[in-house]
Amino acid sequence: MSVLFEMLSYPFMVRALLAGTMLALCSALLGVTLVLKRYSMIGDGLSHVGFGALAIASALNLAPLTVAIPIVVVAAIILLYMSDKGKVHGDAAIAMFSTGALATGVMVISLSSGMNADVYNYLFGSILSMSQSDVYLSLCISIVVLILYIVFYNRIFAITFDEDFALATGTNTKLYNILIAGLTALIIVLGMRMMGSLLITSLIVFPALSSMQLCKDFKTVIISSAIISVICLWCGMIISYLYATPTGASIVICNMIVFFIYYLL
Amino acid sequence: MSLITCKDVSFTYEGNTVLKDVNFQIDDNDYLCIVGENGAGKSTLMKGILKLKKPSTGSIIMSDGLKANEIGYLPQQTDVQKDFPASVFEVVLSGCLNKLKTKPFYSKKEKDIASNNMERLGIAHLKDQCFRDLSGGQKQRVLLARALCATSKVLLLDEPVAGLDPVVTQELYELIDKINKEMNITIIMVSHDIEASLKYAKHILHLHSKQLFFGSVEQYINSDVGKRFLGGQQ
Repeated sequence: MSVLFEMLSYPFMVRALLAGTMLALCSALLGVTLVLKRYSMIGDGLSHVGFGALAIASALNLAPLTVAIPIVVVAAIILLYMSDKGKVHGDAAIAMFSTGALATGVMVISLSSGMNADVYNYLFGSILSMSQSDVYLSLCISIVVLILYIVFYNRIFAITFDEDFALATGTNTKLYNILIAGLTALIIVLGMRMMGSLLITSLIVFPALSSMQLCKDFKTVIISSAIISVICLWCGMIISYLYATPTGASIVICNMIVFFIYYLL
Repeated sequence: MSLITCKDVSFTYEGNTVLKDVNFQIDDNDYLCIVGENGAGKSTLMKGILKLKKPSTGSIIMSDGLKANEIGYLPQQTDVQKDFPASVFEVVLSGCLNKLKTKPFYSKKEKDIASNNMERLGIAHLKDQCFRDLSGGQKQRVLLARALCATSKVLLLDEPVAGLDPVVTQELYELIDKINKEMNITIIMVSHDIEASLKYAKHILHLHSKQLFFGSVEQYINSDVGKRFLGGQQ
């Protein structure tokens, strides 16, 4: 407990915990839908696109999030469209997108500032890279995502369970798919700063998979993965503070442990 | 006035015509079975009626008063559903989505509709069970209950008995027959099971990349197409 109070005496830690908690909550909610819709890899693809976008933003001296958010949202919608009916198959499209974006990012960085600590931060995340305005933006967007998810919960359930049925009985599935893709993109861009673009997918995938091992109905899965996600984030942060390990990786390790516990239960 | 009319309908996939010259109409409280071999275009036509796929020519006309949110659909089960963590009640209730209009959440009214339909199909006791843990027959009943939540007029079924054992198959046919007779719901079924189709249906539509036959069951049994397809069975 005293460790926690000590952590909270640092303003940057408070900010990171606040933003991180909201982020963990949102990513867990969306994660259940993405995992069930077989869209987990879209998250991974988008985080690489996010890496490319951040690299371009820093090369042009622009605010990172304001550049990355629109780019990743557009990429999300394109990926969704491609995996639905493209000539290139879904997973191949994602692989193409993510490696392409990664390569673009690396090229931009090496031509502008050269490979340096920034690249490391983009790839593996750092809570120190979150500025005050980043945190406020994260909080606002997280709250919007949370509200939208709750309001459209029943619709999201219906199109996750059976998209054809929902479409045939008069639900605008295209709209809700775009909504899901857009929300995912937002969460990934925000989460990337803390978790790093290589690790953000874990925040989406792990809590959902852990709770799917045990829970028998959708609502419980959602609630349980939100709780798992937040607890793992806090544990990860504490570990990272105590042993000076990278935050993102610490959080993923916690999630892995929870997953194995649930798997064995 | 017929409920659904298909006029010179054809469908193409990437330039290949998979089904053409389809002309038929379905009346209120009809029971139509769509038969034919694999790849004959049965499921494509079904998707056309559901407006999931646009016909490349011709038109599928719904009578006034039949809107998309009055159609019930029992699709073939998807991969996603095999490990989907959802309770039976959640699945059935999701059939009421088209009754919500702009409201975000279900009220008692929708929950009652879901409960009634579960009662009717004899799955009320499974309410809190997980959908993925049910047997094949139980799953079909749950999806049928969901489809009933979505409609009071037309029910489309895409090979509802695929993969079920004979006893469960029989029960499901009886249930569908009851829905047709007691609830006055029009049934449109894609089927492989020609014997059951002849037993329960009122009309038969036989497809083989184009329409080979449309008419009543008696006409079908006596038609050339029917005789050939039924082979030695009759």
